[in-house]
Amino acid sequence: MKATKFIKPKAIKELYHNYCPGCGHGIVHRLVAEVVDELNIRDKTIGIAPVGCAVFAYDYWNFDVSEAPHGRPPAVATGVKRVLPDRIVFTYQGDGDLAAIGTAEIIHAANRSENITVIFVNNTVYGMTSGQMAPTTILGQKTLTTPYGREIYKDGYPLKVCELLSVIEGTKYLARGAVTNPKNVALTKSYIKKAFVNQIENKGFSLVEILSMCPSGLHKSPVESIEWIENELVKYFPLGVIKDV
Amino acid sequence: MKKILQGNIALCEGAIEGGLDAYYAYPITPQNEISAYFAEVLPKLDKIFLQVESEVAAINMVFGSALTGKRAMTTSSSPGISLMQEGISYLCACELPCVIVNVMRGGPGLGNISGSQQDYFQSTRGGGHGDYYTIVLAPFSVKEIYEFAKKSFLLAEKYRNPVLIIYDGYLGQMMEVFDTETQEGKLEIKLEKDIDKSWILDGAKNRPPRKIRSLLMAEGELEKFNLKLKEKYDIIKENEVRVEFYYVDDAEVCLVGYGMSARVCLEVVNNLREKAIKIGLIRPITLFPFPYKEIFEISKKVKKFLVVEMNLGQMLEDVRIATNGNAEIFFYGRAGGSLVSADEIINKIKEIIN
Repeated sequence: MKATKFIKPKAIKELYHNYCPGCGHGIVHRLVAEVVDELNIRDKTIGIAPVGCAVFAYDYWNFDVSEAPHGRPPAVATGVKRVLPDRIVFTYQGDGDLAAIGTAEIIHAANRSENITVIFVNNTVYGMTSGQMAPTTILGQKTLTTPYGREIYKDGYPLKVCELLSVIEGTKYLARGAVTNPKNVALTKSYIKKAFVNQIENKGFSLVEILSMCPSGLHKSPVESIEWIENELVKYFPLGVIKDV
Repeated sequence: MKKILQGNIALCEGAIEGGLDAYYAYPITPQNEISAYFAEVLPKLDKIFLQVESEVAAINMVFGSALTGKRAMTTSSSPGISLMQEGISYLCACELPCVIVNVMRGGPGLGNISGSQQDYFQSTRGGGHGDYYTIVLAPFSVKEIYEFAKKSFLLAEKYRNPVLIIYDGYLGQMMEVFDTETQEGKLEIKLEKDIDKSWILDGAKNRPPRKIRSLLMAEGELEKFNLKLKEKYDIIKENEVRVEFYYVDDAEVCLVGYGMSARVCLEVVNNLREKAIKIGLIRPITLFPFPYKEIFEISKKVKKFLVVEMNLGQMLEDVRIATNGNAEIFFYGRAGGSLVSADEIINKIKEIIN
């Protein structure tokens, strides 16, 4: 049997990251880096980091990265891509960034079919600010600011971003993956790759939503976080390709 | 070439001459001529024009284009500029050069759509959160709007700092004849060295990756950066003050005004000088940096100042700081989109002299 050697992607720096034990960001960062390596686009990629835990992505990826104000990565990415259309531009955003404060920016970037790639990490809580309710927190889920569980009449429903964006004609590729087990990780990577290839082929707006673990914010162990996503969260946020045109 | 242009269109032509690459904006009165003009002209020049979903998006698109080293601009009017303040704070923190234009209208709130100068404080005190400044230019003629728009990108790049051009809705709508070839030279930008572009993000080809960010979490790191910014602002204060004087040497009363107010003041000065009444005018062209030293020098001789603004007394505070108790300071202002009138200024002068 041929041994597979585990090699660090060139698109990741030789650094330890600051994420909590069991956090999914490290896996998603690596998947993006592997795709960037495989497509040989490291020297023309510009990433836009969000506000939230993943703001530090600019320290970990080994290509050009800028921060953006909270929720505004799609607008910043638009400003980059419009003047440098031959570069590969992507945003990396959490659920608070993309689905709460940045809803206007993501919907209009999608509607213009900006030729960018969006990596949307959905862990159902605000991780950096200590675990408040996110727009994607599911009904009944307890967080710092929903101590009795999320209630429909007070807090509304969890926002299904892919399904919401799917009715916008400008969206060309929408998929939802998870990074909870090797099979899901491999599938998620294939979605991310497709979302970058689409941009290279000038197809327009592509977004991959990724269900990811935030043990600190969820107040669960890393293993419990994975089990909760696989047993509960996927019921509300089903995995798979949602749109591919 | 001689042209007759509206202020807002002169801004567009000046910006294109100055090398504008990308323009992003959201509709708001009284500056809609700008986006209409750019929508037609920029695509023909292979430049970017985008009408976007909000002023928040517009300023962040400016941020995106600016971080690639391209010359990006947005324009708006007072309420829209308020929405951009978060973005402006980030632009200053990330030291990204760009040009922002505020064609001021009456406020607060939705206010009205007449010209005003009620955003002086917001413009000159940073406007958003944190310790920062934008370079603020206050043209008072269509010609100056053209020239400042043309030169402002270079000024922004020289200091890696946003430049804010502010004028009121009246000046934006006004038409004047001017010559695009002759330079008035009020905003010559001296470059001691070439513009540094070693920070731009355009893909890490044959160079190490770069990052642009304003989050500085390590102990003491942010204060160190704040001090670096202060050093930059001190250099700007030293090098970039622009101010014009009219008959100040023997003036009994010195008017102080900028933009549209200065135009009305100048009419008053010319009128009263014909009658041998000794009135002068100080016209700050840069509002940040403000001509504190220059006004202080004049306050050693002139003992009465009349500040004229289309607000209820904002630059007034800077004139008080500048004169440092040397002179008596009077104020005449109109707010809510009302224009200052020459007759009312003359009446005020008479009160002061008697």
